[in-house]
This record gives sequence, C-alpha cells and structure tokens, in this order.
Amino acid sequence: MRNHVRFKGIKKLYIALIFIFMYAPIAMLIVQSFNKSKSRGHWGGFTLSWYRSLFTNADIGQAFVNTILLALLSSVIAVVLGTMACICMSRMRKTPRTVMTGITNIPMLNADIVTGVSFMLLFLTLRIQFGFGTILLAHITFNIPYVILSVMPRYRELNPHIYEAALDLGASPVYAFFKTVLPEIMPSILSGGLMAFTMSIDDFIITHFTAGAGVHTLSTKIYSEVKLGIKPEMYALSAMIFLSVLVLLTLVQRGSNMLGVGGKED
Amino acid sequence: MNKTKKIAGSLGIPYMIWAAFFIIVPLIMVFWYGLTDADGHFTFANVAAIANPAHSKAFLMALLLSLIATLVCLVLAYPLSLFLVQTQKDSSSSLTMLLIIPMWMNFLLRTYAWQSLLEKTGVINTFLSSLGLAPLRMINTPGAIILGMVYNFLPFMILPVYNSLAKIDENVVNAARDLGAAPGQTLLKVIFPLSLPGVISGITMVFIPALTTFVVSSLLGGGKILLIGNVIEQEFMVAYDWNLGSGLSLVLLVFIIISVVVSAFTDRGEEA
Repeated sequence: MRNHVRFKGIKKLYIALIFIFMYAPIAMLIVQSFNKSKSRGHWGGFTLSWYRSLFTNADIGQAFVNTILLALLSSVIAVVLGTMACICMSRMRKTPRTVMTGITNIPMLNADIVTGVSFMLLFLTLRIQFGFGTILLAHITFNIPYVILSVMPRYRELNPHIYEAALDLGASPVYAFFKTVLPEIMPSILSGGLMAFTMSIDDFIITHFTAGAGVHTLSTKIYSEVKLGIKPEMYALSAMIFLSVLVLLTLVQRGSNMLGVGGKED
Repeated sequence: MNKTKKIAGSLGIPYMIWAAFFIIVPLIMVFWYGLTDADGHFTFANVAAIANPAHSKAFLMALLLSLIATLVCLVLAYPLSLFLVQTQKDSSSSLTMLLIIPMWMNFLLRTYAWQSLLEKTGVINTFLSSLGLAPLRMINTPGAIILGMVYNFLPFMILPVYNSLAKIDENVVNAARDLGAAPGQTLLKVIFPLSLPGVISGITMVFIPALTTFVVSSLLGGGKILLIGNVIEQEFMVAYDWNLGSGLSLVLLVFIIISVVVSAFTDRGEEA
C-alpha cells in the first residue's frame, strides 16, 4: 500500500517536471519583459518601461497588425473553404474521397521547409509580387487541413433526416443548412478555426519563404533581430499576447462549462 | 433532392481548385526545379549534390540529431501519457489545451529563451553554481539543438501516444492481470503493442520537423552547426540557387514520403 502511494507521488512528480520543462522558457520570457537590464539572464530590477516604449515602436506595431490580420483572415477563409469542402467530400464515393483526403493531408505531413520553398517557387515562376498577399495565400493553404480534420468527423456523424425534414417542411436548401446543419457542426468549426488561428500566429518557416523583403510578421521580425539581440519590447508584446489569449480562452472555457452544466440539469 | 446534391457537390469546387493550385502545382515546381539545371535541361546533379561532403555532413548531422531527439521524445512522452491516462480519465481536451497554450508564445522566442536558460552565465548555470555543482556547457553544442528539438516537438509525440493509450479497453488490461501477467509483462505484451499506431504516428510527427528544421539549429547551435535545413534555406535565401535548393529538398521529400507510407500502413492496421 505504502509503495503504491509512493509510486503515485513519483508519477505526479514526473508529470510536473515535464510541464515545468514545457513552460520554463515562457516564464523566462515573461520575467525578461519586466527586466530593467537589457542583457539576458541578468536581473537589473523591475521595470514597465518596455511595455511603455512598445506602444511607440512603429515597426513592432506594424508586424503585430500583420500577424493578427493574417491569422484572422487566413483562419476565416480556411473555415469557409474547409467547411464547404467537408460537405462535398462527405458525399463523395470512397476512391475520390480517399484521394481528396490524401491531398488535404499533404500540407500537414510535409515538412514546413519543403512547403515553404514550394510556395516560393510557385510565386517566383508566376512572377507574383512577394508580400502580404503571398503570405496570406500560403497561410490559408496550410490552415484548411486543420479545419477539415476538425469538421469532417462531426459532419459525418450528423443525422441527415433532420436536414431532409427541414426541406420537406418547405425550407430552401440554404435556409435548412443554416438552421439545422450549421448549429450542429459549429463547435467543430470553432475548434478547427482556433487551431488554424494558432498555427498561423505561430508559423515562421512558411512565412519566411513567402514574405519577401518589405513585409514583416512578428515571427520574421524576431528572426531578423536574433543576431543583434532581440529588443525587450518584443518580450513585452509576446507576454501580453500570451496572457490575453490565455485569459480569453479560460473565460470561453468557463462559459461553455457553465452552459454544459446548465444543459445537463434540464 | 437532386438540386441539393448538386449544390453540395459544387461546394467542394473552390477547395479543389485551391488544392490543385496551391498544393499540387507547388510540389510539381519543386520536382521541376530540382530535376533541371539553370538552363532548364534535365539533370540529376541537384539531387546528387547531397553527396557533396559539405551537404552530406549537414544531412548526416540532421539525421543523427533528429533520430536522437525523436527517441528522447518517445522516452519522455510514453511514461507521461501512461501516467496521465492512469491518473485522470477524460483529461484529453485539457491536456490538448496545456500542450497548445505554449504555441501562443512565439516559437522563435520560446526557442531563443533556451539561450538565456542555457548560456554560460544563464539561469540554469547560476542555479547549479549556487548548489556548488559544475556548470553545464551546453549552448552552441549539438546537445543544445537536440534539447531545442525535443522542447519544440514533444507535444507532437505526447498527443498521439496519449490518444492511443486512452483508447485501450481497460478490460483487456484487467484480463491480462487476472490471467497472471506481472505489471511489466502487461505493459510489454498488451499495452505497448496496442499503442503502437500512436507511437508510430508520434515518431513521424517528431522526426520530420526535427530532420528538416533550420531554426532550432541557427538559434541554439550558434551558427556553427549546419543541418540540411540550414543548407537548403541558404540556397534559397542567400545563394539564390533554386535548382540546387529544390534538388536537396527532394532528398527530404523521400524521407517524408517514407514516413507517410509507414504511418498510413499502421493506421490501416488499426482500422482492420
């Protein structure tokens, strides 16, 4: 019995150690953002000045706007295209569906560097000007699979009779879709969209090959600063993004949990 | 009814055009550039350039480091997933959350933060010396790159392994115990074989990004250690030799295709 208790303690310790490993760099960055000393790893006292100077730094501001705009646009467009594709693919026969699923998986299974250079070659060959547009096209492309992966299983579980009943009762196909199908698959659309948004925010490699000279996202900006030392304002901004997403998601989770509990009591 | 079917069928057309244009065509481009020279004549020279000592050294280094990193990820992730399944059932969504949350902090910054943690006068060494222990000389070594790979790609091992372990029917495990199997035997002969699809999918999901990375090596290797990813990146962004860069990418593509085929096979085995 005692052995058992001790083993349980070891298990908990092991789990804790892995998560400390995963979160240590994040804690480091957040601490760094309040560090008066510009040199890394040396504590020079507490300061908020990086947060203040962040708001007057036009370069970082522009990179931030680009990053958020890219993530929003690419995930929304991916959600629309991906959901439409799911509706079509779930009605396909087995062979074409397998082919389509296989093609859809390519951006996820392929190495980012190969995806990145393949886009670069496409845009070079077509002589498309590198910039915001090319990054957006690339992000939409690698985001769609995450949407399809999330929506497809949920869509295929749907009871088709409800939709048909709506049609029989005189609803137009579009109206019936928005009233019966969409609410059912909405949670999977949202989680697919969130995944796509996250992937877009966190991407560096594909953006690196599709950005060209003038346009920066936070990732490419950070990469260009690495050699000279990253500006502390960048830590401040990342800490703010990280914490605001964390708070937002916790609130959403709480909200949906409360709704879930309410639903069970009915 | 027929009208509905037609509408549903046509909804996929935008994505099919998209996929053809932005997934298939770009890949064809890589083959096209990789198998031609600057004048557009067919050649194998760009692919054969992998045998060039500088390239093969970078490639073998990438292969070695990514294999070690994959193994370390498996060794760390398997017990973790096992313990998580045993201690908390139905924690799959919160586990996914915990593993995705770090991604909202930029991946370059997270990797870069390891520089501050690992460097000579960094946090870890300050801590070690306060305990009177010898300092860790890890930054700018292959060891630091392996650590960066493990750090960045560990979630891709944990999630599939955890999911495959969580799916195992508890009755099967109980039956093994009832029939007299020791805990070690149950693990080796029952649990591990059943979790194999997750393990293989985890291996491919860690190995491919680790093999092809150029970011981890340039952030934690101090620019001294070149991996095949660094070579390809430089061919495209510095030397502008797209043919050579594409030829070397084709070598990577071979490994990617192998891993896709392997994981597809194990997936099918699971369904059957």
